[in-house]
Amino acid sequence: MTNKKAIVLYLHVHQPFRIRHYTVFDAGVDHRYFDSEYNSDANNERILHKVAEKSYIPTNNKLLQMLHENPEFKLSLSITGTVIEQLERWSPESLDSFKKLTETGRVEIIAETYHHSLAFFYSRSEFEAQVRMHVDKVKEVFGLTPTSFRNTELSYNNDLAYWADKAGYKAIITEGWDPILDWRSPNYVYRPAYTDKIRLLMKNYRLSDDIAFRFGDRTSSVWPLTADKFTGWLGDEQKVTNFNLFMDYETFGEHQWQDTGIFEFLAHLPKEWLKNQHHTFMTISEAADTFEPVDQIDVPNTITWADTERDLTAWLGNGMQTGAIQSLYDLQDHIMGCGDLGLIDDWRKLTTSDHFYYMCTKWFSDGDVHAYFSPYNTPYEAYINFMNAYHDLKFRLAIKGITA
Amino acid sequence: MLGWELPPHNSGGLGTVCLQLCRSLSKRDGIDIEFILPYDADHGIDFMKVTAATPQNVVSVIRSGIAYDSYKYIRDDGTEEWLNIYDQQELFEHAVASMVDGREFDIIHAHDWLTARAAMRVKEKSGCPLILHIHTVESDRAGGQRGNPLVREIEEAALYMADRIIAVSQHTKNCIIRDYGIPADKVEVVHNSIEPSDIVPSDGENEYRYLQEMRRHGYHVVVNVGRLTIQKGLPNLLRAAKEVVYRAPKTLFLIVGSGEQYYELIDLAAELGIGANVLFTDFQRGKRLRDAFAIGDLFVMPSVSEPFGLTPLEAIGYGHTPALVSKQSGVSEVLNNCLKVDFWDIKEMANQITAVVQNDPLRDTLVDNARKEYIRLSWDGASDKIVDMYNRHAAGVSA
Repeated sequence: MTNKKAIVLYLHVHQPFRIRHYTVFDAGVDHRYFDSEYNSDANNERILHKVAEKSYIPTNNKLLQMLHENPEFKLSLSITGTVIEQLERWSPESLDSFKKLTETGRVEIIAETYHHSLAFFYSRSEFEAQVRMHVDKVKEVFGLTPTSFRNTELSYNNDLAYWADKAGYKAIITEGWDPILDWRSPNYVYRPAYTDKIRLLMKNYRLSDDIAFRFGDRTSSVWPLTADKFTGWLGDEQKVTNFNLFMDYETFGEHQWQDTGIFEFLAHLPKEWLKNQHHTFMTISEAADTFEPVDQIDVPNTITWADTERDLTAWLGNGMQTGAIQSLYDLQDHIMGCGDLGLIDDWRKLTTSDHFYYMCTKWFSDGDVHAYFSPYNTPYEAYINFMNAYHDLKFRLAIKGITA
Repeated sequence: MLGWELPPHNSGGLGTVCLQLCRSLSKRDGIDIEFILPYDADHGIDFMKVTAATPQNVVSVIRSGIAYDSYKYIRDDGTEEWLNIYDQQELFEHAVASMVDGREFDIIHAHDWLTARAAMRVKEKSGCPLILHIHTVESDRAGGQRGNPLVREIEEAALYMADRIIAVSQHTKNCIIRDYGIPADKVEVVHNSIEPSDIVPSDGENEYRYLQEMRRHGYHVVVNVGRLTIQKGLPNLLRAAKEVVYRAPKTLFLIVGSGEQYYELIDLAAELGIGANVLFTDFQRGKRLRDAFAIGDLFVMPSVSEPFGLTPLEAIGYGHTPALVSKQSGVSEVLNNCLKVDFWDIKEMANQITAVVQNDPLRDTLVDNARKEYIRLSWDGASDKIVDMYNRHAAGVSA
């Protein structure tokens, strides 16, 4: 046990294999769904280069420097299989910079689905296969065995916690959503309902979003946010044990551009926080090991860290989304049975949740097209590309004599 | 207000737009409209005064041709007559000019070049500010060429003489600036809209029995409604249809309208080998028109150039039918929840139509969201802009 208060910093790294403008004329002819022209908005290589340059490389340089300068600084990362593949292919220097972080021994990698999918909600066998693939990939690339788990978009319910407990994970993470926490604080470790050993860490979304969403917003009440001010708020909280700052990795350099001062903020965070000897940093697994759970958390219905609704409606909110994902999982047995590894790989790349997110119409209908973050002009275009790829999968099965 | 037609005697969108705009404007405080038409007929309108400039008695006007440069007038007694449009304009101009004395008004609001000569005369005689409402211009109808020089001359004079110009879309505003050399700040975009309460609810029985039956057997129907003229881009739709039918043989195309390309399009469909999948109905109005919108799984407006294009909104309203529109249309500037394609991109048009007929969730999601958007589109926003314009000009403040 420790009487120190810990910041638990967790960053999520992901890139999908975006589907190119894939038409009915391509289906049955050209099976490359993910190879856009270099200048198109959906070109994965170009996007990865841009993100690597603006975010991965400068952020990792900064994080490495912080690890060297502050022996108590630690963090957790999740990094999907699909982005690791892209880094291997198009930006090995970025991947090396991630490896340098884990080589310090103070950066933990969290397990998740290799393809950043919603498989848990559609196929338990595929979900488990994708988690195994991810764990294997993390071992192969980083030499680490994950001991904590996160599901896509921090989607979470009691069933998932039960599964992760049985699978032997020390900790699982989700959103610290008010209707779930009620009067309780996210700044403690909890125990998921119906589980024995596993611990639950819940995102402090107010503090996290001050950095991830509001940092560069000059109209925000917290602007300008400095590390000094920020750690001051945390220091004022007396009894709590852990502040869970969970956010997308691309917060640094991509969502918040360099000129907002985000990198300076990051660099000063450990310096300011560690000025007090009762303060420290912990990884997710370490916090689960260190702090006793203060209460149990019951989540019968799925929550996520997304949108104001904190649910899955951005992925499964309209008929196109639910239709597309159901059609895809309906092919699972045929795909797995066909023995064609290329076909299996393409099918799995289509399970990535981003494809369904691009089909979301809830902001688009309000006419607020700017809230719509997608490589396509409309959610309908996203759906058409996806379904044409789906029809091509069926074509590829059909020529093997498999009618799905 | 000077107009050329009002329902039920309208030949196309202009009459519908004028009627709905005036109804919305008439609800505003301090707005009294006298709508002057070149013919006399019963409109059953109570929210404004409709005056015939001449006692011509007309039951319906059917226009044809790119610049609609001649009109077929069908009279009460059933006789038909093709009239020279210039003679009609001159008649209108003199009749309207003689009405100026003895009337008090603050603003002249004139629709399109057809009423422009009259509008200029009224401005000259009365000194009142002229607002010219442009629904379409000759350069656009002529596909970027100069077009009919006589029409063009009238348009140019009126555009210069107008105190303020309303364009129904950014597309049309661009034409006015680019082709007529009018300064951008003289032209304000006021998008057309549609009045959801105007929609006549379907009585359940659709006139297209054959198509209804085929839909029960798994067929999908793609509909177009409009004049069959070069500006509407129908040959491209037929070429796309060939690709669609090849992949989704249970797809039927319903082409509603008349025009100089009628026979050419029938020939083309046959030549492409899809004669059995394309149905032509000729010009329709009333229930048969409304039912055409309703029978579709998708409404396609493939126009080469479309100043606004009200039909996709009618399809959503009448038929709960989603739309695919060309990016070269004004309506594509205001409607998000529809499919959009360049008029020349036959492959992409085929790709999108195939996607709709093969994937019901696409059609359903499109129409659900388009309906929500449609209900929010009303004439009130357009009226706000126009009333504001009236107030500024009536007060003698220019621009």
